[in-house]
Amino acid sequence: MKLDYILHLADDALIMGHRLGEWCGHGPILEQDIALTNTSLDHLGRARSLFQYAAEQFNSLTPELKSVQFSSVALQALVSEGKPLDEDDLAFLRDGWDFRNHLLVEQPNNDWAYTVARSFYYDAFNYLFFTELMNSTDTTLASIAEKSLKEVTYHLRWSSEWVVRLGDGTDESHERMQQAINELWMYTGELFDMTETDKAMQAEGIGADLSKIKSLWIDRVAQVMEEATITIPQGKWMQKGGKSGRHTEHLGYILAEMQFMQRAYPGMEW
Amino acid sequence: MVQSFQEHFDSLIDREVTIEPKDWMPEDYRKTLIRQISQHAHSEVIGMLPEGNWISRAPTLRRKAVLLAKVQDEAGHGLYLYSAAETLGVSRDTLYDQLHSGKAKYSSIFNYPTLTWADMGAIGWLVDGAAIMNQVPLCRTSYGPYARAMVRVCKEESFHQRQGFEIMLTLSKGTGVQKKLAQDAFNRWWWPSLMMFGPPDAESPHTEQSVRWRIKRMTNDELRQKFIDVTVEQAKVLGLYVPDKDLKWNEERGHYDFGTINWDEFREVVKGNGPCNRQRLETRKKAWDEGQWVRDAAMAHAAKRKARKQEAANAA
Amino acid sequence: MSQDINNKNEWPLWEVFIRSKAGLDHKHAGSLHAADADMALENARDVYTRRMEGVSIWVVESRHIRASDPGQSESLYEPANDKIYRHPTFYNLPDEVKYM
Repeated sequence: MKLDYILHLADDALIMGHRLGEWCGHGPILEQDIALTNTSLDHLGRARSLFQYAAEQFNSLTPELKSVQFSSVALQALVSEGKPLDEDDLAFLRDGWDFRNHLLVEQPNNDWAYTVARSFYYDAFNYLFFTELMNSTDTTLASIAEKSLKEVTYHLRWSSEWVVRLGDGTDESHERMQQAINELWMYTGELFDMTETDKAMQAEGIGADLSKIKSLWIDRVAQVMEEATITIPQGKWMQKGGKSGRHTEHLGYILAEMQFMQRAYPGMEW
Repeated sequence: MVQSFQEHFDSLIDREVTIEPKDWMPEDYRKTLIRQISQHAHSEVIGMLPEGNWISRAPTLRRKAVLLAKVQDEAGHGLYLYSAAETLGVSRDTLYDQLHSGKAKYSSIFNYPTLTWADMGAIGWLVDGAAIMNQVPLCRTSYGPYARAMVRVCKEESFHQRQGFEIMLTLSKGTGVQKKLAQDAFNRWWWPSLMMFGPPDAESPHTEQSVRWRIKRMTNDELRQKFIDVTVEQAKVLGLYVPDKDLKWNEERGHYDFGTINWDEFREVVKGNGPCNRQRLETRKKAWDEGQWVRDAAMAHAAKRKARKQEAANAA
Repeated sequence: MSQDINNKNEWPLWEVFIRSKAGLDHKHAGSLHAADADMALENARDVYTRRMEGVSIWVVESRHIRASDPGQSESLYEPANDKIYRHPTFYNLPDEVKYM
């Protein structure tokens, strides 16, 4: 259970970091290219800490539990050889149905407005989430949360400012910002979806109570959007599934690219 | 004693005193500097692309983060250098126009493709290695803002070559296929790296003047020889073959003799006929053009905010 | 300084000053482009403190900097040379006076 929870957090960080990394070399101006890369590096750094922790958890499972944890053939092969897993095995050898990230973070970059909207929704969530997770009874998660909160505070400032800039910029930027906010809206519901894992982790004092975060998130988002002259979408129908391994089509392509080396040249040191 | 501007400038140069933006300088000096600094800046920015290719495909999380940080550094280096050029009275936008229209040049090495992961190693080791050799002397160049930018660049660059060499070392100590990847990348990047030092001195039109101005401190051929001597030894550590059958230690010269560089290829790549010239420029142009509405929006918003502040102040 | 730096669409140029350690002066680190002061501060953080080079950042739009003209350096700096009363060693104090 805890392993699932850690992997969910790790996958979020990895996929978000990967997506933002796609901008490197293609940003609208050098200064922002650099800024976005810093954020991407923060996410990747968090992903590494979490995957290392997840690997630790996995390696301490009984052989029976290990063999049923993942569907990945490559991972099962490693397990049957009795090899301990590391951060890279978990990141590069699982298939999409074993990934537990939110649908939101795997959505494509499209344009700057879309990237900003995705970051904004996610950063606002992360800020509140890590504030909660700092109280986790799991000291590793609590310390990762503490470090992440410092980073996320800056991410949220960056994305909030861009929502305002684009929303209250030119006619074109306003239109693009509003559209991105609208289109990504249906992926925000999942951020507060309490799965069985979430409930169990909350009960144990390890995980955060997402329902508590929801109203704070809406307040925060509404406040920034008002300043940005952006209308808050009213849609009630939300997409979910990422946290239980049912993803959008985008994830498959991310993994095909990201995992290529480990798949084509298995079992080597890099 | 009354000195002419030119005499004063020459005496500063001869005494190795740094020239600063507001000092009088000959038009030729300014133009040469703008050309050299902007070419260097363009090279950094275009140089993000071949390695950027592999950020999404890096084989481990550590390699992914390191590569991302490295390519980001190149954006930073481009930025420092554009800033240095801007002190000479030319805007970054103007320099971009020159790049995008094909008027400005950049290092032709970046017109070669990155085909395998090993290319990340070869680029760091060879391309950054050659770049560092070119750049270290420029930390003492005569123009202050350029020299200061180069100090910053060189400081950050040292990790780039190390991470490249580390990739090569890991590959060369790895499986058979990894060794093959390393050798293949070495084969493809060796000769273009040698071309990075520019045409032979006999054909290099700007060298003499540039050396006096300390815009350049060693000649193309001197630097190339130095690079070869150093790199051949490093290849031995990696257990890789230098792809040059004429390579031989020359006891008398105290240097390696090496084969003939294909200058026809070099000239064609410079002219735009390399394997990736068009796609590199197109990619940069696309990023810039698609960023226009973003940059405009930020300016529009800044103006609105300023106007509102003014209004509030007037009302008070 | 320049004819073409006033390009209207280009984000203005800012100068960045960084205090690398508590107790030290802010030192010029370089320049960058930003649409406004807040963005300039953030860009400065992202561009110039990637390796934890600073504890405090100042930014100022480059066009607001008034620089001395090196051609006039004599008239600006010469007068200070004979105002030695600004320097503490100008005053002869009895040896008994310590720590002043």
